[in-house]
Amino acid sequence: MTNTDWPLWEVFVRSRRGLSHTHAGSLHAPDAELALRNARDLYTRRGEGVSIWVVPSSAITASSPDEKDPFFEPAADKPYRHPTFYEIPDGVQHL
Amino acid sequence: MATAAAHQTAGTPAYGAQDGTAGPAGDTGTDAYQRAFDAAVAADERIEPRDWMPDAYRATLVRQIAQHAHSEIIGMQPEANWITRAPSLRRKAILMAKVQDEAGHGLYLYSAAETLGTSREELLDKLHSGRQKYSSIFNYPTLTWADVGAIGWLVDGAAITNQVPLCRCSYGPYARAMVRVCKEESFHQRQGYELLLALSRGTPEQHAMAQDAVNRWWWPSLMMFGPPDDESAHSAQSMAWKIKRHSNDELRRRFVDICVPQAESLGLTLPDPDLKWNEERGHHDFGPIDWTEFREVLKGNGPCNEQRISQRRQAHDEGAWVREAAAAHAAKHTGAGRSGGTGATRS
Repeated sequence: MTNTDWPLWEVFVRSRRGLSHTHAGSLHAPDAELALRNARDLYTRRGEGVSIWVVPSSAITASSPDEKDPFFEPAADKPYRHPTFYEIPDGVQHL
Repeated sequence: MATAAAHQTAGTPAYGAQDGTAGPAGDTGTDAYQRAFDAAVAADERIEPRDWMPDAYRATLVRQIAQHAHSEIIGMQPEANWITRAPSLRRKAILMAKVQDEAGHGLYLYSAAETLGTSREELLDKLHSGRQKYSSIFNYPTLTWADVGAIGWLVDGAAITNQVPLCRCSYGPYARAMVRVCKEESFHQRQGYELLLALSRGTPEQHAMAQDAVNRWWWPSLMMFGPPDDESAHSAQSMAWKIKRHSNDELRRRFVDICVPQAESLGLTLPDPDLKWNEERGHHDFGPIDWTEFREVLKGNGPCNEQRISQRRQAHDEGAWVREAAAAHAAKHTGAGRSGGTGATRS
């Protein structure tokens, strides 16, 4: 183990109650417990969080940049999913 | 900072390279990737770890981010030197928090460098063997307590001037790391200024100590912006890639203009007889910088070069048993000992 880097972990921090966890960064740690402690020291030195998740980087599946356009293309031609698509006469309220 | 996505196929071209599918706009081959990259940079978009990027762009970023990370952790040494001798509990607590921040900044930056396909181990190895550099400024000694103030005000001040534009750097992970660093750096500069102010307003001896520290740190701080524009090897390309947003001389001039009134408020002088306001240019004129000294320190002949690296190596070696114990503990309790990702070694 001496000549190997510790595994990589992704750190997610909830900045305050009512908000979701957001990605803060990554770090190396030998196990989950130390990853949590290191994350506290590294990413919440000034009260930036009330809760932390650490996830092994290898456990994350990401969409591929190779297909970034085709992958998200189905959303591009459906403007009718947005409320601004619809014409409503002036004066109609609460809509 | 590093995103998870970075750790799976970092280094492989985006836009459909590996499987032979067409690149953007139906093109094939490297030209198409180059055009997509150029367009993203031109549009002020950020390049992310899994995007295709020119090899030279990647190499430049690794070199710069690694040097930056190394500077943060080597920079812990000159200041940590004074923790046990801080004149009050308040100053001691502040200094410990600052040195801890520098460690944090190093870690943010190492993570950013690792998204480019290098590993933490490789980076540390290159630091320890002198194949990657750190900022020359940390090869100067901290002779008195006032040096802690001068480092905060001038060295961190110069670093902030350099780093604020890096928050808009074209490489996403580096820019995000810099946002975090800059937020924390402001405390570093203000505590240094306050420390110098207390000394400057103290006894004549304390005032003289503050002035002496400023005299010694002023010129090395100006050198932190790097060689003049016409001698800077990497500047033009880095600016074209939008890694760098302003030239060395421009940032240096900005820093001098900021410091002059701050020195006046401190009741201290800056050690440059040529320093004066130039109405026409709207900037201060200042005297010539001794670049011979800069190059000597860079070559390894500064007052503390050897000490910094040998201390760094010693700390790493003496920490080996802690790393081994943690790994053994992890192995015992998770079965494998490597329950997390595969580490930073990515192909």
